[in-house]
Amino acid sequence: MTVTPMMAKQLAQKVIRKEPIFVLDVRNHDSFSDWKIEGENVQSINIPYFDLLDGVEEVMKELPDDREIVVVCAKEGSSIMVADMLAEEGKDVFYLQGGMKAWSEHLEPVKVGDTTQGGEIYQFVRLGKGCLSYMVLSNGEASLIDATRMTDVYIEFAQSKGVKIQHVLDTHLHADHISGGRKIAQQTGASYWLPPKDAVDVPYSYEALEEGKVITVGSTTIHIQPIYSPGHTIGSTSFIVDDAYLLSGDILFIDSIGRPDLAGLAEDWVGDLRETLYSRYKNLSEELMVLPAHFMIMEELNDNGSVGKKLGHLLSENHGLNIESEEEFRQKVTGNLPPQPNAYQEIRELNLGKITKNEEEQREMEIGPNRCAIR
Amino acid sequence: MIQANEVLDAKGLACPMPIVKTKKVMNNLEPGQVIQVQATDKGSTADLKAWAESANHQYLGTVEEGDVLHHYLRKASGEEMAETTHEPTVSNEELESALDREDSMVLDVREEAEFAFSHIPGAKSIPLGKLEEQMQELDKNKNVYVVCRTGSRSDLAAKKLANAGFGKVHNVVPGMSGWNGKTTSL
Repeated sequence: MTVTPMMAKQLAQKVIRKEPIFVLDVRNHDSFSDWKIEGENVQSINIPYFDLLDGVEEVMKELPDDREIVVVCAKEGSSIMVADMLAEEGKDVFYLQGGMKAWSEHLEPVKVGDTTQGGEIYQFVRLGKGCLSYMVLSNGEASLIDATRMTDVYIEFAQSKGVKIQHVLDTHLHADHISGGRKIAQQTGASYWLPPKDAVDVPYSYEALEEGKVITVGSTTIHIQPIYSPGHTIGSTSFIVDDAYLLSGDILFIDSIGRPDLAGLAEDWVGDLRETLYSRYKNLSEELMVLPAHFMIMEELNDNGSVGKKLGHLLSENHGLNIESEEEFRQKVTGNLPPQPNAYQEIRELNLGKITKNEEEQREMEIGPNRCAIR
Repeated sequence: MIQANEVLDAKGLACPMPIVKTKKVMNNLEPGQVIQVQATDKGSTADLKAWAESANHQYLGTVEEGDVLHHYLRKASGEEMAETTHEPTVSNEELESALDREDSMVLDVREEAEFAFSHIPGAKSIPLGKLEEQMQELDKNKNVYVVCRTGSRSDLAAKKLANAGFGKVHNVVPGMSGWNGKTTSL
């Protein structure tokens, strides 16, 4: 029987289409329980490859006949070994090419909507890590928001659409993933925008992203309006795009809200977070489509794989927007926090330009799940 | 460099090869022997640790030298079901309260690599296999508390010492596997 490589892109599309998939994850138990491939129709079991060196007979009976079977490990080496053993026993199996490393780095572009003047807005879904970045296209130009370090993906996408990237923006100083913003700006000649309050003492030059400045995409009139919305970081800034989309960064998610502690200042920033969510956002149009910088669970994905919901819907459904007592809110977001993302302090320093890391080191720093939200 | 019975060079090899090779070499070792695995694959630490646990081997520790990881593992020895015949035995707690006494000493008879990664501060290391040749380094007038991982090797060591004329030899049961007191490493 045969062993076939499956690319992260293929697997991502199967997950989004909710095709039945069976994942045999052969990493060690700790890695698996920390972070794994998830999806509404994904079943998975975890048997470390080193427990299968003497044979796979035991696993054979656990494998279903009615699902595609994908063997997964950290980089792919062990999954190929196990897949070969399964094929010898008579199973048709896939292995995930590049392993969880590739899964973590894959970006799936999904169109979230049209803008006025014939423009478009795309969301880049990083399924493996829950990061979302955006490209707004109009009239031959593009702006890019919260770009990941996989910079080629955006540059190639812009080329395929025939647009030139003019502005690259970060809603805030990220602590969970490495920003590709500066690199793309350098490569394309675009300007790089960052909220000045998050960019204290950075050794590079940038455009100050502040409320009142309007960024135009294309020669016509797609506007990106910054809204100062502190709380996750002190500089956190949201954008209203074309009066229709609210890019909320790490402040507001679909089923959760931002956490104020990743710079070590939870007590100081909780008031800002409350003010942003309960005053500033509540004064915005409920018709705005909220497009966050992260998702936490697969249930937040819409049927087409995008992540986004009307602000009005979130105001009534998102628990984090419905905590009446300030005291309870304070306790919820400072006292009950999930573990912090892997290497988050180093990631902040890297995004601040204070340290440098090679590609392999950057990859290691980003391994693992995203943990930027409080549910 | 910490002594090992066998050194495996797995440098430059990617997962799963470091573990595949370690398993092969381990098969040819005697129970209780120590292997040093040299690897450059960063994932090898977590995987060797997890594999050792599932295969009942002991993962002792890792020393990082430049880009090379030196992992130390000890082959499963079956000493879990230790029968102790030497008398007297003392508990870990009893040893802990005897540590400060002038007339007592701790003799650790585990392999050098086990001792290197974690031992009781002030303990003297003489692996069981070297006890006969190094015995004269010990003071017969002291209370000698013999410790190993489970109480099995220390039982053999205690008997050897008693036969050689040591009058105040105590076997510590279970020993390091249940030790909650202070430890140090080399």
